[in-house]
Amino acid sequence: MGKTLAEKLLGAKAGKEVVAGELVIAKVDVAFFQDGTGPLAVRQLRKINLEKVANPKRSILFIDHAAPSPRRELSNDHMLLREFASNTGAVLSEINEGVCHQRVLEDFARPGDVVIGADSHSCTAGALCAFATGMGSTDVAVGMALGRTWFRVPPTFRVECKGQFQKGVYSKDLILHLIGQIGADGATYRALEFGGPAIDTMPMWQRATLSNMAVEAGAKAGLIASDNLTREFLKNYGREGDYTEIRPDAGAKYERVIDLNVGELEPTVSCPHTVDNTKLARELKGTRVDQVFIGSCTNGRLEDLEVAARIMKGKKRNSKTRVIVIPASQEVYLNALKAGLVETFVAAGATVLGPGCGPCVGVHEGALGDKEVCLSTQNRNFKGRMGNPEGFIYLSSPATAAASALRGEITDPREVL
Amino acid sequence: MILEGKVWKFGDDISTDHIAPGRLFHLRSNLEELAKHVLEDADPEFAKKVQKGDFVVAGNNFGLGSSREHAPTIIRMSGVSAVLAKSFARIFFRNAINIGLPVLECDTDKINNGDTLRIDLGAGVIEDKTNGAKLKFVPLPDAMIKILNDGGLLAHIEKHGGFKLD
Repeated sequence: MGKTLAEKLLGAKAGKEVVAGELVIAKVDVAFFQDGTGPLAVRQLRKINLEKVANPKRSILFIDHAAPSPRRELSNDHMLLREFASNTGAVLSEINEGVCHQRVLEDFARPGDVVIGADSHSCTAGALCAFATGMGSTDVAVGMALGRTWFRVPPTFRVECKGQFQKGVYSKDLILHLIGQIGADGATYRALEFGGPAIDTMPMWQRATLSNMAVEAGAKAGLIASDNLTREFLKNYGREGDYTEIRPDAGAKYERVIDLNVGELEPTVSCPHTVDNTKLARELKGTRVDQVFIGSCTNGRLEDLEVAARIMKGKKRNSKTRVIVIPASQEVYLNALKAGLVETFVAAGATVLGPGCGPCVGVHEGALGDKEVCLSTQNRNFKGRMGNPEGFIYLSSPATAAASALRGEITDPREVL
Repeated sequence: MILEGKVWKFGDDISTDHIAPGRLFHLRSNLEELAKHVLEDADPEFAKKVQKGDFVVAGNNFGLGSSREHAPTIIRMSGVSAVLAKSFARIFFRNAINIGLPVLECDTDKINNGDTLRIDLGAGVIEDKTNGAKLKFVPLPDAMIKILNDGGLLAHIEKHGGFKLD
């Protein structure tokens, strides 16, 4: 019988043929924590005298959520992670290196891997055709220590995409539109598998945005077949040898197939306080924006910054709208410097900060004031997300965010292109 | 096991940010302090008034969002003996079982805020003693029952020296 990507990937790591619904114990290839989930994980392992890692080169501790540390409690948490890395030989990704999910794409995940991260957006590496999913501290701690974890093989929703994006429309608009259609729990316990002609030609940076947000529909994974574009991406990071081609079988059995013509999509925005509360950007014209954030594991890649910089080049931010730009990793930051993007943003009145999660998690670097409105390229707009339950968060593509930064209100980027 | 307690009713889409807000990130290594804020952004009075044995009862997609295990952990620490919802987000669901907090999927429409429930975990039956309604909850997958019965994932691993789920 034909297999979905989820069945193929988990079957290979369980060492047997599997079908959706089955429980498997699978080998773990990459396991990671970040500074919000790692300290608890370390303490859990110490409780049962299991402070070890099965595969040190692919066990990573990322200091990204509160990097650099804004207060002593978090500085002490960071010390604990450094100590664990030193004790076990695990890799430490320091405050300069960037957001875990971007770093996993750049240096760690390979097509065919099982990747578990103690962060819900760990599904990002599905863009490289890894079975990548988020879990809690204890699950990842145990998976990292033993090199194994358990899964129920998820049924799959195939998202079949055809057509070509209009100018000013990106994969962020696609995924916001999809979540608006199926709901924030529309794919709970399922894998999303993105495919079709529009995905075959979609560059990796845009694929990563799709996989990153699979969890916002409740999905366990957001999988994309590996192909030449995957190979090129890995080659750019000196990892062409990590490439293998993996595709779903023609006769794969899907629980549901969702057909989308991406050519019909328009710039889309999620409104407070749930990701599935979507409207078109043009329907929100006139909505005041106090802060714009361009960055995050969803849209903080070089090409995202290029899109925003093209719109902002030679212009100034609206005087009432502050703009924060954060490259997702050190690699992105260096390339943005070389390409002159940082200069463009600073000249336009933006604040460019070092790689990391920035204001997305509400810890530092741009918490909202009461009743303030933020338009962000991040993946989540829950009440309280950006440090204040009295704040209002809208989500969009970098193009919509940049256009809105110039106008001071939510703006369809096609108006400024 | 029989559980009995009072209901705290919440709506749909209660996120881990409602339960353990991101602005309290610095308290994640101080769970006693973090627990004083449990569910603060959904009901600021909850943490002060919840009693040992009470239930959190919600609508669809409870626990969506972040993977922070601190969310189910501080719900358990507040004395809540089980969370009932029409559906759960998957990471929260798995985390709750791992740390020994029963999470029960059932139709919660008939349960009202302040009602008293009696839950027979073994029989899978919920009785609303306030209005007489009788409900069934969806049985947990066998693997999760094994983890829960061992006292959570750490205890399971310690007992068996690895996964023993079949």
